[in-house]
Amino acid sequence: MTGKTLYDKIWDAHLVHEAEDGSSLLYIDRHLVHEVTSPQAFEGLRMAGRPVRAPEKTIAVPDHNVPTTEGRDKVIENEDSRIQVEALDKNARDFGINYYPVSDVRQGIVHIVGPEQGWTLPGMTVVCGDSHTATHGAFGALAHGIGTSEVEHVLATQTLIQSKSKNMKVEITGQLAPGVTAKDITMAVIGRTGTAGGTGYVIEYCGEAIRSLSMEGRMTVCNMAIEGGARAGLIAPDQTTFDYVKGRPHAPKGAQWEAAMEWWKTLYSDDDAHWDKVITIPGEEIAPLVTWGTSPEDVLPITDIVPAPESFAGGKADAARRALDYMGLKAGQKLSEIQIDTVFIGSCTNGRIEDLRAAAAILKGKKIKDGMRAMVVPGSGLVRAQAEEEGLAEIFKEAGFEWRLAGCSMCLAMNPDQLAPGERCAATSNRNFEGRQGKGGRTHLMSPAMAAAAAITGHLTDVREIM
Amino acid sequence: MDKFESFSGVAAPMPLVNIDTDMIIPKQFLKTIKRSGLGVNLFAEMRYLDDGSENPDFVLNKPAYRSAEIIVAGDNFGCGSSREHAPWAIKDFGIKCVISTSFADIFFNNCFKNGILPITLPQEQIDVLMKDAEKGSNARLDIDLENQTVTTSEGESFSFEVDPFRKHCLLEGLDDIGLTMEKAGAIDSFEAQASQARPWV
Repeated sequence: MTGKTLYDKIWDAHLVHEAEDGSSLLYIDRHLVHEVTSPQAFEGLRMAGRPVRAPEKTIAVPDHNVPTTEGRDKVIENEDSRIQVEALDKNARDFGINYYPVSDVRQGIVHIVGPEQGWTLPGMTVVCGDSHTATHGAFGALAHGIGTSEVEHVLATQTLIQSKSKNMKVEITGQLAPGVTAKDITMAVIGRTGTAGGTGYVIEYCGEAIRSLSMEGRMTVCNMAIEGGARAGLIAPDQTTFDYVKGRPHAPKGAQWEAAMEWWKTLYSDDDAHWDKVITIPGEEIAPLVTWGTSPEDVLPITDIVPAPESFAGGKADAARRALDYMGLKAGQKLSEIQIDTVFIGSCTNGRIEDLRAAAAILKGKKIKDGMRAMVVPGSGLVRAQAEEEGLAEIFKEAGFEWRLAGCSMCLAMNPDQLAPGERCAATSNRNFEGRQGKGGRTHLMSPAMAAAAAITGHLTDVREIM
Repeated sequence: MDKFESFSGVAAPMPLVNIDTDMIIPKQFLKTIKRSGLGVNLFAEMRYLDDGSENPDFVLNKPAYRSAEIIVAGDNFGCGSSREHAPWAIKDFGIKCVISTSFADIFFNNCFKNGILPITLPQEQIDVLMKDAEKGSNARLDIDLENQTVTTSEGESFSFEVDPFRKHCLLEGLDDIGLTMEKAGAIDSFEAQASQARPWV
């Protein structure tokens, strides 16, 4: 008998029912909820007179819409945003689910709050009405985004109708070079596979370079599995994982910790497991990367040039032409000469303490370029507090960055933090789609250290030159 | 949910690859707490000019395609976010079927929950359908879910695959939650067993 992958093991442990037609009912251990994709689901429950089946396993936090400026706990000026946040307040109260309101220091981006509070644990199934739920895969949890109909389904039944994905192994061998980070790993993989390369798969990331990452780095890698089209990204839990989880508010304690550890230690892919696809990238070959276009697959090393649309095959050539037009770039232009207006450091991809440390290390004692707009939006109130305690906030402020309150902010620009048409941004977030950070806004994705470097010089910059 | 019935409709050609959910329904329209009324915002940033008037070059603004019920699209349609506002907007506009070489996973799932049929076909067949769609409103495609075929205005027919459970739900207009509720006993016993095996969850 062939062995099992980590995905197979988690799947099997959560299988409630399997129908003859192959559709399966999977039990959901944790359901994370935010204000944008849930109101219609709660409304559906009310109309059908259904309760939330497992409110103790359901955790809600407003993040997408919330302003990141002071005073937001008193009033949210945008009426539609306020209505959505108020709807979440009410739904959380009415249905008795765990809730971190805007006024709570623990509030933040749902994918940062979940792990921080110990809600996310190895071997779990975790869902949320948000594609970046993939983040939680860093713990060896099967975690993925769902639509609002499925949010309602999980609220009502604590299960999800699923069909099983295929297994893909992505191995990053060796060690990363200085200046290269988890963000570069995950962007390198998407650059290799394309945004549809993972469609139909669950990816397990492995190899020495992955093992060497902190939990923060692993979350960054898994976060963007969805940008590669995968249903989920996974990293097998190890001592790094257990050390991170231990002592968190909702992590098991005492005898339950011991029992949990016994199971968690079995959560790895067997040597003889079957893989439907395998990709190997030597860690040493990964350079600091930036995106040049309007798809996360438009990735190149910072030392490269803007590519010619004709160099692409099929429909991608037209897409590249459109992207260069939208981005206001010319083929052949050096990436490191692209001037930027704005720097955004934050998001569920790169809004954790380690990300802020990496950016602050570059900014220490330096100033951002004159006229640059730069902001740091910590991923949670607790990340923010820790950064203040470590003196990072001072470094950012002295360099000329705005020091904001926690939320999704300019990653998707549903709150007032938006790009103006034509404004060009070095961003640590996850999507460079047209209009993503504001209508007509131009996004270049990169790591926090690279974004910090760009803030200083005013153009996309190879961080290795100023380290 | 309404039952999905076979139909013949105008198909709008959208050959661009990687049409993402931010294009389908930009984020400023996600602030609604309702499911309905999003059709007017479908593809808003491509469909309207800065002054709010219609962009005459955008396919769904052209006379031939204003009442399109099908989209034939480039690779990887619906990539990006999990927002179900994307299929809500598509459905509200009147689109019942999207055909591409590939779809992003979450968008694909979301379509079925809203009575929209996403059809995956190989590139050569998409090329034929795209050409047919480019002929305008006189060229209608026939979509037959029961027999799993798409037929061009010239009578050329292609078979497509669809998950049997999802096909059944679309044809019958079934509500997933109701179906799962019928398995409450299985969920109860799973929970009882899991709380023994993994009491920390």
